[in-house]
Amino acid sequence: MVTASSISFGANTTFTSSPIPKTKPLFIPHSLKFTTGNGRAAVTFQRAVSVIPKATSADSRATKEPTATFHGLCYVVGDNIDTDQIIPAEYLTLVPSNPDEYEKLGSYALIGLPATYTTRFIDENETKTKYKIIIAGGNFGCGSSREHAPVALGAAGCSAVVAESYARIFFRNSVATGEIYPLDSEARLCEECSTGDVVTIEIAESRLINHTTGKEYKLKPIGDLGPVIDAGGIFAYARKTGMIASRN
Amino acid sequence: MTLTEKIFSRASEKPQLSPGDNVWVNVDILMTHDVCGPGSFGIFKKEFGENAKVWDREKIVIIPDHYIFTSDERANRNVDILRDFCMEQNIKYFYDIKDLGNFKANPDYKGVCHIALAQEGHCRPGEVLLGTDSHTCTAGAFGQFATGIGNTDAGFVLGTGKVLLKVPPTLRFVLDGEMPDYLLAKDLILQIIGEISVAGATYKSMEFVGTTVERLSMEERMTLCNMVVEAGGKNGVVPADGTTFKYLEDKTSLPYEPVYSDEKASFLSEYRFDISKLEPLVAKPHSPDNRALARECKDVKIDRVYIGSCTGGKTEDFLAAAKVFLASGKKVKVPTFLVPATQKVWMDVYTLPVPGSGGKTCSQIFEEAGCDTPASPSCGACLGGPKDTYARMNEPMVCVSTTNRNFPGRMGHKEGQIYLASPYTAAASALTGYVTDPREFLE
Repeated sequence: MVTASSISFGANTTFTSSPIPKTKPLFIPHSLKFTTGNGRAAVTFQRAVSVIPKATSADSRATKEPTATFHGLCYVVGDNIDTDQIIPAEYLTLVPSNPDEYEKLGSYALIGLPATYTTRFIDENETKTKYKIIIAGGNFGCGSSREHAPVALGAAGCSAVVAESYARIFFRNSVATGEIYPLDSEARLCEECSTGDVVTIEIAESRLINHTTGKEYKLKPIGDLGPVIDAGGIFAYARKTGMIASRN
Repeated sequence: MTLTEKIFSRASEKPQLSPGDNVWVNVDILMTHDVCGPGSFGIFKKEFGENAKVWDREKIVIIPDHYIFTSDERANRNVDILRDFCMEQNIKYFYDIKDLGNFKANPDYKGVCHIALAQEGHCRPGEVLLGTDSHTCTAGAFGQFATGIGNTDAGFVLGTGKVLLKVPPTLRFVLDGEMPDYLLAKDLILQIIGEISVAGATYKSMEFVGTTVERLSMEERMTLCNMVVEAGGKNGVVPADGTTFKYLEDKTSLPYEPVYSDEKASFLSEYRFDISKLEPLVAKPHSPDNRALARECKDVKIDRVYIGSCTGGKTEDFLAAAKVFLASGKKVKVPTFLVPATQKVWMDVYTLPVPGSGGKTCSQIFEEAGCDTPASPSCGACLGGPKDTYARMNEPMVCVSTTNRNFPGRMGHKEGQIYLASPYTAAASALTGYVTDPREFLE
């Protein structure tokens, strides 16, 4: 469970950014507006569009544009999906920072799920998933610290995960790599949604819409890794805050 | 402040801090291995430049241990990648292996990273140790902050020697009472995980104190802290004491300064256990918190037993298993795989006399009991690995194992059923062919 944010947002905090939902999940809001109770802007940050550094493969993405929505089919899993199920250990010989091996990792995403999951995350003979969004129960990503786990999901074409709660190393790795956007739901969405449902996630509104069932659900705010995500990952955040020197 | 908070305070140079604060922390030791090293180096070079140098060539420990004794080309290549980086960066501590056919021919090779770190004196009270492996928390046994991180964080540390961490609140576990002679630290941690669940300690520190803990050896403390991550814990700690200092005497000459929780420190919760009342436990498939009494599983027929890994493959773990085989005098009923964690453990298995045996070594007792010959030290089949890994579960089977996780597919086959247990319980089960309470042989 991600604990309370160390940065407090007022009741009327809004995030605005230009919605360019497209290829892949490298979301950054490029302006933050904190509004006071009567709607007047208290503080506004504007910053240049940047992207979460692709810690994995530099050339594997065509575009790296920020997006405020995720839209597509969802794949539903239960509680305690550990990293061995997300990417079994036998595939860990693949090095994520190597472009070819990065793609191969993606092709094995969630292959470790037991046979009770009758629908595969990636169809036989395919290397990418048709499910942009994963909906999970509690403690998603528990087990090993292997960064190959969020990498495999991202490489497979998953954009975001909406879970009831996360294991900490997996959550941290998701943010650090920018491979998938880890969101927290308020309710137990894994019981409300079914694999194949069409969903939209609106980051700005903190909500998930299930078009197939017609229901809407509230999502929790980003939490204290927010500034890291907003900056574009741990390296960009460190450069922005002066912890490490800028590149070039 | 609690012990963990004090370590954060010193490492971040902030005299006061509270749980929930995000702070930049100076890292004392960074460890990586063959599975995550190559990826971490890739990120390091991409972010800091092809010609970048690591922040401190003496604070990085590179330990190949996961996929070593295999013909998998990529696995072998990954060890080569470690070597190339170490040579280029002049890394002081690289426990290399070149001759895969004979582990003893490699003087530098150690084996399982968490055990090697301890044996080589890299674990010191009060320090911050990070590793690209979830069981890095094992080192908390030395009264330090130790936790697992991913490749990207490791790449960052390689270049800067720092990491951004959130100060965790601490859960305190007070273990009191005389430890019965059929219980081991593995039973204690299975009890705790069963109590708080696999997410009970998420983002939290687990501090282990009490008379029982004080009487545990360093290896037993390591077993306790090893499985902190199975409860979701960020780190585990045992306050350093005479036992710690004695262990470290011949292992490190670097100065260290232990820290301790204040009398009035705030803990999130406190749990108390009377150890004298506990019984041998297992974690049934498929979760480390699926706790059950070993004696209540006596009708579970098993196909094999695995004794190994950072959790249950240390010297004392093998001495414990040998004690049960010795007490029985009979042969095992199922294939019993033994994988010493490190070269040193392997040597101990072949040289240390087992108390009460008239001078026999563990290896002799294992041979007489019909166990498999102790294998080359590595992580082995704890996490499955390449298909040709020794003792990997390639068909659905029931296995009692001294390892740390039993999620579906953990040791290879998705339908494999893994019962996590102490070395006593594992040995007892091997002797009967069913999940067995070790009191069958020890009392």
